[in-house]
Amino acid sequence: MANADCIVIQGSNMAECHPVGFQWVSEAKARGARIIHVDPRFTRTTAIADKHVPIRAGSDVVLLGALINYVLTHDLWFEEYVRAYTNASFLISEQFRDTEDLEGLFSGYDPSTGKYDPASWAYQRERRDSAPEDAQTDRPGDAGAPSDASAHDGYGDGEAEGESHGSGGPPAASEPLRDETLQDPSTVFQILKRHYSRYTAEMVREACGISEADFEYLARSITENSGRERTTCFAYAVGWTQHTLGAQFIRTASILQLLLGNMGRPGGGIMALRGHASIQGSTDIPTLFNLLPGYLPMPKAELETVQDYIGAIASKQQKGFWANADAYTVSLLKAWWGDAAQPDNDWAYDYLPRLTGAHGTYQTLTEMLADEVEGYFILGQNPAVGSANGRMQRMAMSHLKWMVVRDFSLIESATWWKDGPEIDSGELRTEEIDTEVFFFPAATHVEKAGTFTQTQRLLQWRHQAVSPPGDCQSELAFFYELGLRIRERLKDSGDPRDRPLLDLTWDYPVDDDGDPDALAVLAEINGRHLTGPDRGKPLSSYTQIKADGSTEGGCWIYTGVYADGVNHAADRVPGQEQDEIAAKWGWAWPANRRILYNRASADPQGKPWSERKKLVWWDEAARKWTGDDIPDFPVDRAPGTEAPDGSGGPDALDGDDPFIMQADGKGWLFAPKGMVDGPLPAHYEPQESPVRNPLYAQQPNATRELFPRWDNLTAASRGVPGAEVYPYMFTTYRLTEQHTAGGMSRWLPYLAELQPEMFCEVSPELAAERGLEQNGWATLVSPRAAIEAKVLITERMTPLESGGRTVHQIGLPYHWGVGREAVVSGDAANDLLGITLDPNVHIQESKVGLCDIRPGRRPRGAALVDMVTEYQQRAGLTPQTGNERVTDPARELPGRELPAGEEGQG
Amino acid sequence: MARFSFLEWPVVRQLRTADSTARSSATVSEHTRELTSRNATADRVVQSVCPYCAVGCGQKVYVKDEKVIQIEGDPDSPISRGRLCPKGAASEQLVNAPGRQYRVLYRAPRATEWQKLDLSQAVDMVAERFIESRRRKWQDQDDAGRRLHRTMGIASLGGATLDNEENYLIKKLFTAAGAIQIENQARI
Repeated sequence: MANADCIVIQGSNMAECHPVGFQWVSEAKARGARIIHVDPRFTRTTAIADKHVPIRAGSDVVLLGALINYVLTHDLWFEEYVRAYTNASFLISEQFRDTEDLEGLFSGYDPSTGKYDPASWAYQRERRDSAPEDAQTDRPGDAGAPSDASAHDGYGDGEAEGESHGSGGPPAASEPLRDETLQDPSTVFQILKRHYSRYTAEMVREACGISEADFEYLARSITENSGRERTTCFAYAVGWTQHTLGAQFIRTASILQLLLGNMGRPGGGIMALRGHASIQGSTDIPTLFNLLPGYLPMPKAELETVQDYIGAIASKQQKGFWANADAYTVSLLKAWWGDAAQPDNDWAYDYLPRLTGAHGTYQTLTEMLADEVEGYFILGQNPAVGSANGRMQRMAMSHLKWMVVRDFSLIESATWWKDGPEIDSGELRTEEIDTEVFFFPAATHVEKAGTFTQTQRLLQWRHQAVSPPGDCQSELAFFYELGLRIRERLKDSGDPRDRPLLDLTWDYPVDDDGDPDALAVLAEINGRHLTGPDRGKPLSSYTQIKADGSTEGGCWIYTGVYADGVNHAADRVPGQEQDEIAAKWGWAWPANRRILYNRASADPQGKPWSERKKLVWWDEAARKWTGDDIPDFPVDRAPGTEAPDGSGGPDALDGDDPFIMQADGKGWLFAPKGMVDGPLPAHYEPQESPVRNPLYAQQPNATRELFPRWDNLTAASRGVPGAEVYPYMFTTYRLTEQHTAGGMSRWLPYLAELQPEMFCEVSPELAAERGLEQNGWATLVSPRAAIEAKVLITERMTPLESGGRTVHQIGLPYHWGVGREAVVSGDAANDLLGITLDPNVHIQESKVGLCDIRPGRRPRGAALVDMVTEYQQRAGLTPQTGNERVTDPARELPGRELPAGEEGQG
Repeated sequence: MARFSFLEWPVVRQLRTADSTARSSATVSEHTRELTSRNATADRVVQSVCPYCAVGCGQKVYVKDEKVIQIEGDPDSPISRGRLCPKGAASEQLVNAPGRQYRVLYRAPRATEWQKLDLSQAVDMVAERFIESRRRKWQDQDDAGRRLHRTMGIASLGGATLDNEENYLIKKLFTAAGAIQIENQARI
């Protein structure tokens, strides 16, 4: 970021949420870079920025789409970059229909399932056999392995399934038809132009509440600071992700950055500012339902053999490193099951449990409420305060047979049964709650050794400073011990269900305290040779991983962190003794590369786009790539190389294919597969919106995941009866002095004193409209809950004109919870939130909701429930409200009824 | 206190020393001169990483008598260059928080209060319940007869504040047990 010439921070309050990282924004500014903050609120980030652009929360795709349109109509795209490195010239199926043709939907939508069949979004390609080019119903492995995307999609029903593929996206045809003139109406370039043609400055004013002058400033800033000599960087956080089309927010920015030639270059890119010390690591080595380590998918029931599974990830004919998914898979299975994983048993593939749909935290929540889940582990997390619809979270806990809470202190998720809000309201009685609760005290970050992976994929080792006190344990020690005890109890079992547990490699060296050695675990993650002269030695690169069982490795993208038996995560050459890449501080995946896809920092001939922005380049004399960073490209692949016909994998990468994890080596302006809600981002309104969608008859994302239940009611959006009952938007956020749900901050007297109580930020105009007083109390009511907060009246909140009306937005920090153990407590903002999810990644829409606000404290006891119910009844809410998928009244489409079995009382 | 000396008068010191404007050593009292940083008394200093957000600021952990006495920013870190935010700067208090729990607690069904429980016994009880719930909610195959080999009886939430090695063991153990409802903050 320090190398950027312009930084757009949107969907993030970086100065407050990542204060120390923000020094690099300040460095860029000191060097003359322009800083723009696009955000509903004026924050400390805004205070440092050159410009604040207030925006109606949830309308970001309109703004970014209009920037795409501006770049295209003013011919400001980086032509040589776009032509060489993106799929702009690729032809899309003639069956494809855009949102412009279908009132806001793409072709392939099935209203009965609420899902898309992406077959018509595929590339056109030369037919290699008699199969139709959009044959989406082929079973994996049946197609004789042509380089045909849909034949390898692995999803027999042809539905788009976002969670099923790894970081490089799904398989796609490697040799599609192209029109280098970019004139064919089926080219990605022309489709893109048409798709965003109505995303104009006027539309931005209408949808986002942003003036045309502010839009012009933003558009000029990013285009004047992009190109050969200059780069623009975007930074976002959960302000972009926590929406019913959050993944598409980021896609829109990706398209824009590809058009401007800002990907893979110093000072460019899109920075994901993540909020937890190892939230990147816990995605790489996932405690997530849909993934195995290294972005390998968890297998689905229809992938019955390991060949099916691997074929669904990648075909051997596609370009790039995902073609080696077989090697990554076999090595993982060898790492987990050792000698029990052999070629004749599919490398123990059947030891892996299978998915049959989404099993995310919110789906699991409804399973708990239905008494289908008995036991629940909560590990350094506080869902009673931190997850959406807090009441549902706590009620779900009361349905469990047992739960384990591992934390430093008695967080609200451990004490809801004695002092939670539902005890006060009378909805739960302690003496009637059957749930057993085990509280285990956890070791802190200085009482154990191990690695965090920070937001730029950098692994940093923490040395242990002291032993854990009392009963406190690391998760490493707890789970290792739990695994030993479970295996001991099952050791005489003849039940085949227990074989995966008994055959599991579960033998780690322990220290004097009996705790397992984290370095031994890291060595397993890194991987090692199993045969040959190097037997037992650590692997040094993921390119050494084999599919024949001769290597093992727990997470292929981390291979190299323990190269030569050296813990490179602990590399600590001081920054002042290194260049700005600082390659000898920690270790970044993959292969210690600090900027991904950095082949794109050089032109197609291998020369840096400019001296000012050089990073890696082709050294003709040495016949290899070199530079300041480690090249993210086959090191000896010359720029002009044309891969031989019939090759696959890394060998199939041409010299100008910088995006080495993509099946075609290109940056995707148009996503022919992989996104479940459309190949191009289109603007849809949030689940709860104060305006009608100004772009399409289709109001919300038609594929969003719905939870139509009485305990998760949705407020009526504009134009629907009852909309006036919840007239104001609210958005949730963090403060510098607190951390998420407070488990690591509200127990610290220093931090509790700095931010002692829950408050709401409102504009002077809204305060006047509702009679709110500075420092007085306000009660906020949503269809899910009512909470109270101190009133902070501030001009930092700007009423916006959007949809022909004044839209008021209320800001709510979400750090407090109801309990008696923390130094400070208060009502939880997340209790107001409903649960409606992005269909790609199953994340909740927590950045936008509708509510009412009124002066005074909330009622106590049963009167609180009565108040929430009175609002619901006045608005006429039912589980159907706001849960229609298709909202175009001009069309007669079915699919408005609730799917059977989705209603519930919780 | 040392014996009084006219030479120690601030104004005299101001004239005697190079600090003629009295903005430096001339105004420092003997008491202040004798103070030492608590960090200087540490037995050892250990390099660590801040546990809050994902910037990954370097920390130096000062340990005395096997207790953490202070945590400060690490100037060597090319990421943070010695700086910490209010949370990172308060992280000594995370380790030594007044409300921190050091013992296992157990709440029995319908009980109104916690009770103490031996750590080893608690792990045994969890292992027993794990195996029972796993079996009770086991699914061998789906309606189409396809293999599932999983349990829906056990769920887990957490990982974004944990180490990679810990997440690895958690995922490995749960997956081998057939538990799939394993999630963390990255979904939230």
